[in-house]
Amino acid sequence: MHKLLIDSPDEEMLLLGNDAIARGAIEAGIAVATCYPGTPSSEIPDNFFAMFREGGFYFEYSTNEKVALEVAAGAAISGIRSMCTMKHVGMNVASDTLMTLAYLGVNAGMVIINADDPLMFSSQNEQDNRYYARLSGLPMMEPINAQEMKDMTVAAFDLSEQLKLPVVLRTTTRLNHMRGVVKFGQIRQIKSKGFFKKDPFHYVALPAVSRNLHKVLLEKYDQALELSENSEYNQIIGNGKWGIVTNGVSMDYVQDAVNDLGIGDKVTILRLGFSYPMPENMIVKFLTNVEKVLVVEELEPVMENDIRSIAQAKEIVVPIKGKEKGLFSRLYEFDPGMVRGTIASYFGVPDTSPKPVDVTGIPDLPGRPPNLCAGCPHRAMYYAIKQVYGPDAVHPSDIGCYTLGILPPLKMADIVICMGASIGTSCGISKATDQKVVSFIGDSTFFHAGIPALINAVHNNHKFTLVILDNGTTAMTGNQPHPGVDTTPMGVDTTQISIESLVRGCGVEHVQVVNPMQVKKGIEAAQASKDFDGISVIISKELCPLYARSIKKAKKVRPFYVNQDKCKQHLDCINLLACPAMYIDDGKTMINEVLCIGCTVCAQVCPENAILPLKK
Amino acid sequence: METKRIVFVGVGGQGNLLASRLLGEACLAAGIPAVVSEIHGMAQRGGIVESAVVMGASSPIVSEGEADVLIGFEPSETLRALNKCNKNTVVITNIHPLPPFTVAIGQGVYPDIGKGLDLIRDNVRSLIALDGDELAAKAGNPLSLNMVMLGALVGSKVIPLDEDTLKETISKTTKQAFLDSNLKAFDSGVAASRIG
Repeated sequence: MHKLLIDSPDEEMLLLGNDAIARGAIEAGIAVATCYPGTPSSEIPDNFFAMFREGGFYFEYSTNEKVALEVAAGAAISGIRSMCTMKHVGMNVASDTLMTLAYLGVNAGMVIINADDPLMFSSQNEQDNRYYARLSGLPMMEPINAQEMKDMTVAAFDLSEQLKLPVVLRTTTRLNHMRGVVKFGQIRQIKSKGFFKKDPFHYVALPAVSRNLHKVLLEKYDQALELSENSEYNQIIGNGKWGIVTNGVSMDYVQDAVNDLGIGDKVTILRLGFSYPMPENMIVKFLTNVEKVLVVEELEPVMENDIRSIAQAKEIVVPIKGKEKGLFSRLYEFDPGMVRGTIASYFGVPDTSPKPVDVTGIPDLPGRPPNLCAGCPHRAMYYAIKQVYGPDAVHPSDIGCYTLGILPPLKMADIVICMGASIGTSCGISKATDQKVVSFIGDSTFFHAGIPALINAVHNNHKFTLVILDNGTTAMTGNQPHPGVDTTPMGVDTTQISIESLVRGCGVEHVQVVNPMQVKKGIEAAQASKDFDGISVIISKELCPLYARSIKKAKKVRPFYVNQDKCKQHLDCINLLACPAMYIDDGKTMINEVLCIGCTVCAQVCPENAILPLKK
Repeated sequence: METKRIVFVGVGGQGNLLASRLLGEACLAAGIPAVVSEIHGMAQRGGIVESAVVMGASSPIVSEGEADVLIGFEPSETLRALNKCNKNTVVITNIHPLPPFTVAIGQGVYPDIGKGLDLIRDNVRSLIALDGDELAAKAGNPLSLNMVMLGALVGSKVIPLDEDTLKETISKTTKQAFLDSNLKAFDSGVAASRIG
C-alpha cells in the first residue's frame, strides 16, 4: 500500500511538505485531482499518480494549468471534492478561469494548491501570488510546516464547502521541499459520483448573470472574513509591546529568532495562516496593544500594506515597518539569520548570531551550473543547428531542461519568457529583423502552450524554423507523462497524440522528424529547414535517457573512450558539445566512463575518429 | 534541546538528499524534533545540491555562519559552502574531487585540495577529511558515499544520535541487495572519523 494511504490515525511519518499536502487530500476524501506539473509543486501530483488507482479517486496530468483548473472546477461544481495543483506561474495560465470560477463558486470542496518560488530555484520569476487571492476574491491559506500542510489541506476543503468557493492554499519552495514529522488523521469516505444540477442563471457567466454573481462573491467575502477572524490559523501569540506580523515559512524564522534572542516576553506575534481575507478585528486588537510593528513576509509588502490600511481606517497610530532599506527586501527568500538580525536591529537588542568564517582566502572556485546530462539528445540537436545556422541565428527558447542550452559553449537560448513564448516571440523577431530565427520548444511545453502560437505562425505566414525537442516526457519536473506519451508502461490508459500529426494539423507543410543522435541526419534536417522559405518544423525525437532508464527502455550502456594515439586535440568534442562526461586531464581529452552512456554523438563529431567504444 | 544545524553539500547524483532524509528519519525514530530541507528540480542536473537537517528548531534552512556541522561530499563544494561555518563548526569532507565541466572547457580552475583543507582546518573547530569514494568502493558499492559520510557524522559525536539508531534506519530503508555494503560503508565512515 502507498504510504500516504495508510488508514491508521496517529501514525507519525517524516514527510516532504508536498507529501503532506497529498496526504491531506486523501484524508479529506478527494475524488478528483488534476495538475500541470511544475517545481516546487510536482511531488504532490506525482504522489497522486502513484496512488490514485489504489486510493479510488480520479487523477490526471492535464495539458496545462488552465485546463487542469477547469477539470477540477467541473468536478467540484458537480458536487465532488477536487484539487488542482500548480506552480505560481501556472496560476497566470489558469487565471482566466480562476477569476470567473470565483463568481460561479462550487458545490463540493475545491482546493487549489499554488506553489510560489521566492529566489527562483526553478522558475522564470518570483511573482507573489497572494495578489491572486485579492484579484479573484478567493480565500487563501498559508501553512508554516509539514504538519500544517496536511492539516490545512483538510481544513481548506471544509472551508471551501462552507463558503461554496474554491480555496487557494499557498506554499513556497521551502515548505514544499522541507521534511517534517506529520501525524496522520482519519481518512474520510470518498464521494466519487456527482450530479450536475442545471442552473444556467447561476453557471452561465453572461453579463446579466455575472452582475448578480459578483454581488454573491462580495457577500461571501463578508462570510469568509468572519471565519478568518475565528480561524485557529490566525493567532496572536504573547503580549509584549513589540509587534511582529508574519506568515508561511517566515513564521518558523520568527519563532526561532525570538527564542535565540531571548525576547519572548517582549514580543507579540500575529501569525496569519488564513491570510485572505485578513482578520480585521484581530489586527486592530493586535495593533492597539503594541508600540511598534515589524512585518516579516517574503516578496511583496502585501500584509504590510493591508495592515497599514486597516490602521489608517481605524485611526491607530503605530509605526508599521517591513519592506524598506535596512529592514526587509522585496527580493528573494528570507533565511533565519537575516530575520533574526533584522528583528534585533528593529527592536534594538543585540544580535547573537555567530560570525561566519573569513572566506577571503578561498581561491576562485570553478562554477558548477546545472547542465544537460551526458547523452542528452538536446545537445545533439543543438550541435546540428549550430553547424548549419552558425552563431548569428536568434534562438528563442522555452521552459524545460533545454533552457540549459543557454550555457557556453552551446549558447542556444537567446530569449525565454514563459511556457510557449518561444513560438510567439519567433513570429515577432522574424518579422522585425532580417536575422534567421530557429526556436526551441519541448514536447510537453508544445502541448501546454505552443499550439495556438504555431497556428498563428502558419496563418500569418511567419518565416522561421521551430525545433520541437521531443524527448518523450516532461523531463525537468521529474518525467511526468504528457499527451504525446504512451502511458502503457505505467499501467495507465490514456490516448497518445502524435506531435507530427498535430503540427501538420496546424497547417505546417515543411515537417521533418529526425533522431538527433544520428548527427548527419540532424544536420541534413537543419539544412533543409534553412533552405525552406516559410515556417519549417523539425521534430527532434529521442527519449530522455534518464526517462528511458526509468521505464527500462534504455539501450545497453557501452561507454566510449578517447584513443590517445588517434586524438589530435581538435577539442571539437569538448568545445562544441561540452558533455559533462568529458574532461581534460594533463592535456589529454578523457571520458568519464561512469557518466558516459555511449550515445556516440562525440564519436560522430570527432574528425579523427578517435572516440571509440570501450571493449568489454 | 540544544539546536544542531547540519548542512550537506554535494553534486547532483552523489546522494546527499538521501543522507539528509535518513538523518531526519533517525531523528524521528529517536524522538528528536527535526526538520529537513532539500532543493529539487532545476537545482539538480549536475549542479550543486544542498540540503540541511535542523534539530531542535523550526526553521528548515541554515544561514551563513550557522552550521554546527558541514558535510561536504565533494571538496571544492565544501570550500564553496564554507560561509555556512563559524569557528565552532565541525567540517566533514570527502577529498575525492569531481571537477565541474566548466573546468574542462577552460572556464575555471579546480582548486588545490591540500591548500583548501589547510584553510578549512585553520578556520573551524575541527576538520575530518576522508576519501569517501575509496571507502565506498571498498565497502562494495561506489554509490554508498552517502553512507560513509553519515557514518563520519555519527562517529564525530557532534550530534545526539548513536550508531545503532542510524543503522536501524538504514536497514529499514535500504533494499536488501545493498544493505550489506551500505552498512559496511557506514562503519568505515565511523572509523575514518575517529582517526580524523
